[in-house]
Amino acid sequence: MTEEAARTDPATATGYGEHPPRVGFFTDTSVCIGCKACEVACKEWNGVPDDGFDLLGMSFDNTGTLGANSWRHVAFVEQPAPPEPRRAEAVDLGLPSFDLPGAGTGEEGRTDFRWLMSSDVCKHCTHAGCLDVCPTGALFRTEYGSVVVQPDICNGCGYCVSGCPYGVIDRREDDGRAWKCTLCYDRLRDGLEPACAKACPTDSIQFGPLDELRERARERVEHLHDSGVPEARLYGESPDDGVGGDGAFFLLLDEPEVYGLPPDPVVPTRDAPSMWKYAGMAASAFAAAAVSVFLGRGSR
Amino acid sequence: MGSNMAEAHPVGFQWVMEAKARGAEVIHIDPRFTRTSALADLHVPLRAGTDIAFLGGVINHILEHDLDFREYVRAYTNAPYLVDERFQDTEDLDGLFSGYDSGTASYDNTTWQYESQTDSGEGGTRAKEQSRPDQLGSGGPGVEGGARKIAADPELKHPRCVFQILKRHFARYTPEAVEEICGVPAETFLRVCRAWTANSGRERTAALVYSVGWTQHTLGAQYIRAGSIIQLLLGNIGRPGGGVFALRGHASIQGSTDIPTLFNLLPGYLPMPDTSHEDLPSYLHKVRGDRQKGFWRNADAYLVSLLKEYWGEAATPENDFRFDYLPRINGDHGTYRTVLDMLDGKVFGYFLLGQNPAVGSAHGRLQRLGMSNLDWLVVRDLTMIESAEFWKDSPEIETGEIVPERCRTEVFFFPAAAHVEKAGTFTQTQRMLQWRDKAVEPRGDQRSELWFIYHLGRLLREKLAGSADERDRPLLDLAWDYELEGEDEPSAEDVLRRINGIDLRTGKEVDGYLDLRADGTTVCGCWIYSGVFADGVNQAARREPHDEQGPYENEWGWTWPLNRRVLYNRASADLDGRPWSERKALVWWDAERGEWTGHDVPDFEKNKPPDYRPADDAVGPAALSGDDPFVMQADGKGWLFAPNGVVDGPLPTHYEPHESPVRNRLYAQQGNPARKVFGRAENPSNPSPPERGGEVFPYVFTTARLTEHHTAGGMSRQLPYLSELQPELFMEVSPRLAAERGLTHLGWAHVITSRTAVDARVFVTDRMRPLRLEGREVHQVWMPYHWGHTGLVDGDVVNDLIGVVLDPNVFIQETKVATCDVRPGRRPRGPALLDYVAGYRQRAGVTPETGTRIDTVTRHDTAHLEEDR
Amino acid sequence: MGLADWIRSWPVYRQLTGRDRTGRGKAAQSGRSAALAARTTDADRVVGSVCPFCAVGCAQHVYVKDERVVQIEGNPDSPISRGRLCPKGSASKQLVTGPQRAERVLYRPPYGTEWQELDLDTAMDMVADRVLDARRKGWQDADEDGNRLRRTMGLASLGGATLDNEENYLIKKLFTALGAIQIENQARI
Repeated sequence: MTEEAARTDPATATGYGEHPPRVGFFTDTSVCIGCKACEVACKEWNGVPDDGFDLLGMSFDNTGTLGANSWRHVAFVEQPAPPEPRRAEAVDLGLPSFDLPGAGTGEEGRTDFRWLMSSDVCKHCTHAGCLDVCPTGALFRTEYGSVVVQPDICNGCGYCVSGCPYGVIDRREDDGRAWKCTLCYDRLRDGLEPACAKACPTDSIQFGPLDELRERARERVEHLHDSGVPEARLYGESPDDGVGGDGAFFLLLDEPEVYGLPPDPVVPTRDAPSMWKYAGMAASAFAAAAVSVFLGRGSR
Repeated sequence: MGSNMAEAHPVGFQWVMEAKARGAEVIHIDPRFTRTSALADLHVPLRAGTDIAFLGGVINHILEHDLDFREYVRAYTNAPYLVDERFQDTEDLDGLFSGYDSGTASYDNTTWQYESQTDSGEGGTRAKEQSRPDQLGSGGPGVEGGARKIAADPELKHPRCVFQILKRHFARYTPEAVEEICGVPAETFLRVCRAWTANSGRERTAALVYSVGWTQHTLGAQYIRAGSIIQLLLGNIGRPGGGVFALRGHASIQGSTDIPTLFNLLPGYLPMPDTSHEDLPSYLHKVRGDRQKGFWRNADAYLVSLLKEYWGEAATPENDFRFDYLPRINGDHGTYRTVLDMLDGKVFGYFLLGQNPAVGSAHGRLQRLGMSNLDWLVVRDLTMIESAEFWKDSPEIETGEIVPERCRTEVFFFPAAAHVEKAGTFTQTQRMLQWRDKAVEPRGDQRSELWFIYHLGRLLREKLAGSADERDRPLLDLAWDYELEGEDEPSAEDVLRRINGIDLRTGKEVDGYLDLRADGTTVCGCWIYSGVFADGVNQAARREPHDEQGPYENEWGWTWPLNRRVLYNRASADLDGRPWSERKALVWWDAERGEWTGHDVPDFEKNKPPDYRPADDAVGPAALSGDDPFVMQADGKGWLFAPNGVVDGPLPTHYEPHESPVRNRLYAQQGNPARKVFGRAENPSNPSPPERGGEVFPYVFTTARLTEHHTAGGMSRQLPYLSELQPELFMEVSPRLAAERGLTHLGWAHVITSRTAVDARVFVTDRMRPLRLEGREVHQVWMPYHWGHTGLVDGDVVNDLIGVVLDPNVFIQETKVATCDVRPGRRPRGPALLDYVAGYRQRAGVTPETGTRIDTVTRHDTAHLEEDR
Repeated sequence: MGLADWIRSWPVYRQLTGRDRTGRGKAAQSGRSAALAARTTDADRVVGSVCPFCAVGCAQHVYVKDERVVQIEGNPDSPISRGRLCPKGSASKQLVTGPQRAERVLYRPPYGTEWQELDLDTAMDMVADRVLDARRKGWQDADEDGNRLRRTMGLASLGGATLDNEENYLIKKLFTALGAIQIENQARI
């Protein structure tokens, strides 16, 4: 296993020979209409239970955070108007164009009030903290490069919860096990795109091979920059960031903190000298367990 | 405008985002900053209920600066036609048009006619009482004269030509007036004008989208007229990328007007007969002109084919095809009138078929009290809903107005089959019929409406079999022989076949309404749907993938009429039949082949050349010239000025909403002079200027819906995945209003009108902003209306706050604007609530007469009260 | 599962013996994960439908297994929706399969305080009797001027706008034949 492969192709790094290309999400928040179809489509497909009926008062967001029962979460950010606006002022959101389609530029400034929406999801990190700390092998890397919890293995120890730099994975109260987005692993097996991406009315959530998505995202940012939206930027797309790049990355219109995203996520296990160390520890445990099983049989 | 498309039609909004990505500018003009505004290039907040002032300003801007698409306007609209010299405009009468009768609050439109079309007016109180314009539907109002020339000035200079009348009428809609009425700064308004006009013309088109934000007003039809005038002036009708899009709210609400369950319509917008229609000839004489131009002239074939479908062999030429079997209307029999009649004990039984008026209709309390005064009520729905349980847990139980042990209404609840448990068609918002196959069988007692009505009819016929009573003949002679599938389910496909129409001589399906005849040899349930079974194929069930067919995807579903996707698309070509521009080509005349062709099915006679001119004595389709694109209109033209068909004026005019905090700045006439009011104690109005007491309800109130819920909630408040997304009723207020009234974010507050008080959690948000009008600040309060007392999440019924006052053209209520007060904390409960609201009424001086003195120009003293009926 | 299989299924065993030396990929894949497949693939049939909420008319695929709806999602072939659905459309399966669906006829007698069960045939028969009674009580042959009315004002109907065209057609036809004219729907609202 080369350093480069480990850096960019987690499926190869984790023992998949011939395998499909790494896939993921590109969420373009500049076209998100905050409809939450992603949240519902995810729950319908994956049978995720409802998360309670609580009015949070966080704009139109009543989901709050990602969690065991919310694998997609649409954040709503109301960026307030200036304290004393010229009343009844139009809210100009940029992109005016009186020219022929395609020819428009126009760079009139925005007023301060904006309503930003963004659908958050598990990042399926290249270096996944949750995966690194999972002692049971419940979390694993799939052939698509995604990170999935296996409910038939998970014993609910919860190490993964603190291992995630994004606060994505969480335990479900009733069964204690950890749950999160699977990138619709079962659907990928049959060549289907994840339920959220399929439903998304404006294609804010795009699914595909990560390389293609990154290319598309860079083009989109350029287009927005050319169209008078200089604040457009990508988040989580760089393989050089603290998690080695996200399998689910975003186009944002403001700083990540504004959307509730950590500005500089770092996988907690990044500094571990070798992942083998963990494997070694697990191997010892395995040996001990195997012995006890044989002993157990013998004494029966 | 008047549409929150991103929230109410999210999947349709993908096309707006796609257009935006290609360079289109998206402007959202709406009282609130919504999820649509967030994605628009420009959001223009305006005071709820002032859209006509804004649109009138745009019209004035276009005309004042000669920005109209003059060739299109001159040839394709009625701009050149001269109007009767007796016509008087709102300019002359301080807000009224000629022909107004204060006593009946209605217009006689005789003076609104074209100069050369005397005595074809129709209006007055009968038209108003029957929602007559609604009945004209696809046929359009009549103009006699066939192909004869209508007096006109092609130069558009004559002072009485429509173009000049328009100019004068809208001259006072200046940017300053817009600013003061709507609260929109003049520079913002002008930016919209520039964007709209710069993106219209030969090379470019602009689309206008509206929803119930426009229709639910006392002058809703005129809002749409105003939008249509702009789109006609700018050449944006019948052209690709243009149009006026009515985004309808329900899966088949378009279908339920096309094939109406509406009191004043028969299928295909044929009017329901009234008492002036003695027999078939007199009906036909009145619903379509004998010398009328266009396809409505053939209404006889449409009606006779319908009667043949209804009564089969019993309908013969000798008996007028049993025209006498049709019941007659003679007034307003709309849903709100009916509810008031329930209160008065005049109605005994009520069917609610997938509808929840206890939550979804204006003045929910009135709805529930009405239902508590019935002999029986039948409710059919997917789940238990508020309207079925008003006797059990309505707010009136709490106030003591309904006591179960004293409420005599017998209630039957029937579980309904869902959309996957039955086959049939929905007609979506762009007139497209799409067939659904049945996926699974319904369970238990769940049945389709088709099953319920078919078997109810069967039982009724069995019970009446052998009756000698003449009144039972229509039922006993009814053609009720639809094919059955499985055990006892009527075949929806067989019903659709008969809606399409069958040629009785061959037994085969007709291919379209052109095949229908008035001699009884064809049956057809709905002439505009004729063609949906062309070639014996269920065209609505076609599902050719969109990426494997042409740009207009004509092989997916079926769009009425005759699968034309863009109505009046002849207007996409110039007078000579050439596209106005290559960029905007849609259909055009192919001279070599002698036919219209293009990307869409031409909405024009296929082989009629552009230079065709009819003989003077021609009538019907033959009277249409080769350059009359508006083939359903009686003169073939798009109507800037409406001589017929709109009961509250030939031109849109700014009137204040029924309940408004301000006096009409433009005219002495305050509100729509023809609006329908119901003055009675159960239906009080908040006072508006010039009445006193309005300050008790100082804020503008508006309601709307959320993406996460569906109308009255029966299909969403019961679903955990939707309920958790919007779990509780809330109201939105601006930070300034919150400060003024002491409201805190997430705290409780209640909204009060003269009807009731409703409480909810408070959202303080900059998305609501106060508007500056004539030096004063006007606050707006918004609430979503999806909640009730049944379901996983509950809340007060917001529609309880709204009174019953209607647009006179279509009888739709003014849900989008009222006045209110807001106070912190929860509302009083139980009987204390009634006292609390009564206190408000008393302070505001509200009586049944409040708001019913409609004429504020000439007869301030005429109140329109129910007891005077 | 035999013991040997059981041991072989252990991630660390596979890690030590397979290509996945990290123990976090293939070696960690459980039997369940290895066998995963989309539940739509083994549906008995896929039925073409249309979303019942708003009027955009998004096309749906309804997946049926053992006569139960197991999934509803967008049909990508549609030129209207291209396979996409909003949150309401995405909740369609819950709408049609959820426990909120009523399955039995319920009856509330006059002055009753609770629902009672009633069988469907009896209920239909009772409603038919009541229709005839209300029709008779509200019957009008002519107005005061002798003009023909031939109608009843005794019963009314208000329909939702999620009814099929075919259903609306029969509703209007039957009520018209009965002489009932107060037949309305959501379009008026």
